[in-house]
Amino acid sequence: MDLLDFARGPALQVATLIFVAGLIWRLLHLYLTQKKTDISEPRQGGSIGGGIRAIFSRFRHHEPFRQRTRNGSILAYTIHIGLAIVILGGAPHILFIESFSGLSWSPMPSVVIHFAAALTLAALLTSLGRRMSHPVLKMLSNFDDYFTWLVTTLPVATGLMAVAHVGARYELLLAIHILSFNVFLIWFPFGKLMHSFIVIGSRYTTGVTFTRRGAKV
Amino acid sequence: MSKVTEKYPLDTSEQRLTVKDPYPRHDTQGEMDEHERLRRAMANFAKNMNRTTATYMEACVHCGQCAEACHYYVSTEDPKYTPIWKLEIFKQAYKRETSPFGFFYRMFGLKRDLSIEQLGEWQELIYDSCTMCGRCSLICPMGIDIATLVGQARHGMFKAGLIPDELHSVAQRAKDEGSPLGATAAVFEERAEWMADEHETEVYVDEDEADILVAMSSIEIMKYPDAIGATAKVLNALGEKWTFRTEGYEATNFGMMAGNTEWQKYATLKIINAAINCGAKLVVLPECGHAYGALRWQGAAMYGKPLPFKVQHISEFLADVISSGRLKVKKVDQTVTFHDPCQVARRGGATEAPRVVMEALGLNLNEMSPTGDYNWCCGGGGGVVTIHRADKLRYKVFELKMEQVEASGADTVLSTCSNCRQSYNDAKEHFQWDKNMESLLELVAENIVE
Repeated sequence: MDLLDFARGPALQVATLIFVAGLIWRLLHLYLTQKKTDISEPRQGGSIGGGIRAIFSRFRHHEPFRQRTRNGSILAYTIHIGLAIVILGGAPHILFIESFSGLSWSPMPSVVIHFAAALTLAALLTSLGRRMSHPVLKMLSNFDDYFTWLVTTLPVATGLMAVAHVGARYELLLAIHILSFNVFLIWFPFGKLMHSFIVIGSRYTTGVTFTRRGAKV
Repeated sequence: MSKVTEKYPLDTSEQRLTVKDPYPRHDTQGEMDEHERLRRAMANFAKNMNRTTATYMEACVHCGQCAEACHYYVSTEDPKYTPIWKLEIFKQAYKRETSPFGFFYRMFGLKRDLSIEQLGEWQELIYDSCTMCGRCSLICPMGIDIATLVGQARHGMFKAGLIPDELHSVAQRAKDEGSPLGATAAVFEERAEWMADEHETEVYVDEDEADILVAMSSIEIMKYPDAIGATAKVLNALGEKWTFRTEGYEATNFGMMAGNTEWQKYATLKIINAAINCGAKLVVLPECGHAYGALRWQGAAMYGKPLPFKVQHISEFLADVISSGRLKVKKVDQTVTFHDPCQVARRGGATEAPRVVMEALGLNLNEMSPTGDYNWCCGGGGGVVTIHRADKLRYKVFELKMEQVEASGADTVLSTCSNCRQSYNDAKEHFQWDKNMESLLELVAENIVE
């Protein structure tokens, strides 16, 4: 078994197992935590609708906050949208998704994927520089922040290297790319990558609470 | 009278009512060793953890954007005032003790134990530099209600005996004497009688039956007693059957702000029982921000079941009776701006009510920018105005408000919170500023069409 077979064979299986088990445990733990019911008289109905609205409305800051948060928002959107384009639009990734889900769709043109990946990498590097230099981010940051950055950046960087055939043989670069993705999967349930799921509950809860009060969500 | 009360006598000569004894320090209450303080702080923080707050603790991505909404950070650019950082030691404790991978953190020592020095340091962040105004909760991309978490952290700090002495003192005074600022039932009755004479109106106290129970803030009773007369004039003009009750006349809840749930419950139940005793269908709360949150949104939780009456902030009540045509008011030729109390507007949802009232008064309203739900806090909420060592920071933060008011071009600032009003007036004196803050309720009462 060569490195590539190992990466997309047993390594991927173990990583997926840890990812799924960790994901379930972390979400189940939250679900099993005691729920506090708000019994105050609501000002208005529609709190569930308010919760669902909050899931989407918090994708964009309220107008008075936009100027002061512009740089962080641009970086965050570039990274998130860039990753979405690369993962969901790249032909090899679609083949991978099809291999375990049976779902398939038309890939985006390679030039779009390569551009998105390069832009994402640039945004990731900028975000690291910002995190290390901005007084607030520097103070808040811990191991999770930097390690999450690393396991997110490595698949992007190694993917670009594999496509460009830079640094080593394609098979080796592809194996490293898949291994880096495996590390990403393993780390996912333990660190802040979990925000991909938890953000739904967090925004929804706040949306429900403040909609009941008739307050801004 | 309690030991704390004797140690810190009231200072009623200043604009800002609190206790005497200003000097920089980290305060402690009670006799216990450091380990016990740490244990209590974290145990009581964790005790109140529920699905909502646990979700919040798990959701933060350290984006730091909450800093940009916080008046303390924006005024000073000191990163330690980043709202989520104020919870950092509690987040660490959560991760180590209660999070899904807590066993993992403990096994490998990945989250260090807290030290008493850290808790002392965090006292300033949890109390002196957070008014729980909730602006950070509105900006958070993850939707974390940071203000709620700060309130929960205060529970831990209180149990560990680690809160600012002045706040502890006024909270204990509220528990022992019925008012944080010396407005005992006897004092209140005297003031009510005085205001009845002053405003030539009837002030009903301890009526056996009433449709409406009214409560006052200690700040109003002691510093702005015209609020008593103004409330009476409005209710009498409407022909309402209303009363104050001496077993539940005080709406402020310093137990809540200090972080003591038992004291919070005690204060809340006094109003609830007073309303039940006189058969009130409605409790009208005074111009006080946190009093509104304490009864309107947290009252039922303290009572353990839904409240058997409705609760309105005075601005909501005025908006309702004016909108329905029951109360007629004269037009006032005045240019004003309006300061939204955070707990009534941003966190209470009653943002439009005062604007309905101001429109009926025909006021030329020059809104601040930002305004309404996004308005900057006065800097005195959450008990901060009582803490002497926080004065310098509070004045620094208030410069944001001064800029807003100056830019509005209005001479007068109206508001519906007496705590905001005393913070304004205290800062006004400090800066020798020429802008007044006045009560919307009192303006209405002065302009009722008989």
